[in-house]
Amino acid sequence: MRERLRVLIAKPGLDGHDRGAKVVARALRDAGMEVIYTGLRQTPEMIVEAALQEDVDAVGLSILSGAHMTLVPRVIQGLREAGLDHVRVFVGGIIPDEDVPALKEAGVEAVFGPGTSTQTIVEAVRRACGEG
Amino acid sequence: MTVELVLRILEGDRRALARLISLIEDDGPPAQAALATLYPHTGRAHVVGITGAPGTGKSTLVNELAKGFRQRGATVGIVAVDPTSPFTGGALLGDRVRMRDLAGDPGIFIRSMATRGSLGGLARATGDVVKVLDAAGFAVVLVETVGVGQAEVDIARTAHTTIVVEAPGLGDDVQALKAGLMEIADILVVNKADRPGAAQTARALEVALELGRNSAGPGKDAAWRPPVLKTVALDGSGVAEVLEAVAAHRAYLESSGLWSRRERERARADLTGALERELLARFVARVGETALEEWADRIARREADVYTAVRSLLMRTDSGGCG
Repeated sequence: MRERLRVLIAKPGLDGHDRGAKVVARALRDAGMEVIYTGLRQTPEMIVEAALQEDVDAVGLSILSGAHMTLVPRVIQGLREAGLDHVRVFVGGIIPDEDVPALKEAGVEAVFGPGTSTQTIVEAVRRACGEG
Repeated sequence: MTVELVLRILEGDRRALARLISLIEDDGPPAQAALATLYPHTGRAHVVGITGAPGTGKSTLVNELAKGFRQRGATVGIVAVDPTSPFTGGALLGDRVRMRDLAGDPGIFIRSMATRGSLGGLARATGDVVKVLDAAGFAVVLVETVGVGQAEVDIARTAHTTIVVEAPGLGDDVQALKAGLMEIADILVVNKADRPGAAQTARALEVALELGRNSAGPGKDAAWRPPVLKTVALDGSGVAEVLEAVAAHRAYLESSGLWSRRERERARADLTGALERELLARFVARVGETALEEWADRIARREADVYTAVRSLLMRTDSGGCG
């Protein structure tokens, strides 16, 4: 088990609202994790590259644009192709309920909608990464 | 397992590189074994440090410098350090936000590092991570420190060339005379030079350098006069001059023999640093954590002072040292 969990928080796609991503990044930081924040408008390729270089345990994707059904599977496929099958993927933002089963089917660990407490997110990340 | 990791790194496997950096950050025997195997492959990279106060534009400058080195055909490894929270142990590492131009280039590798309690502007493991990037074949390794104040000068020991980044409006000409950060600069950059006050800031730095030259302080080689350069990292202006100055400084280090002298100084510092950590770890293993905690309690209750505690703890071990 590693000393500290490392988590990448990224915003794929074109929407420019990163408040949610920042709130989550801050909450994970305050829970003792090392959070790599990459900022806005990341392509799936950029996210996979950052996950590889930073050797993270988990990736959190914040998507408000409605493009999650395209972007999320591309990130997951990219992680697999890079040999990063062990990296857990979380999605937050505006995700319609009917899309959640398909995202989970694609390999997403959990989907967090508006109103999710940061404590819930922290616990989910810890659990998925084999802590707590 | 670590030997295999090292072999893969030498073959250019980026995933193995990322894994080994994590092992080094967490410390322990596997990391040390890997470093021992890699060490003969180090010593080729030009290690360039970028330091300065928070918000002066270090990350943006690193982004531009990396692009410039790539245009000149050099591969670039980047270590970007941000602070760990002293309360939770967590960290928010945000330097990649300014380095998005570098994505998708196989000649670049960026790693964010948290300080994990170190106070000198770098993490304990930064020097070793630089060695790994060096061994992996990166021609230039850029090390960005945390946003520093006045005295976090560890970077001068890790880097061959240290760039100190300033911005207009951060302090008067007396700030430029103080000891510490100014003294370690091989190159001074006034970033955000499109803002008011840039000329004054540059002039204050020039004057401080001139005064330092007259008093001929120790440590600095009089033959190298740190240039004061103005940049606007956001649009790249002035960056070419910084790249030229970095190349000139490297040539100077090599022709003056300072390159090998700095290598020697670093070897000495690495050795004493590793000895300190190892001796402390062995000592604690020997006397036990509880003994240490008991003394800490007594010191906090004013029943004993630190020096009495140290003498008493050392006397417990038969050699008086750490055997």
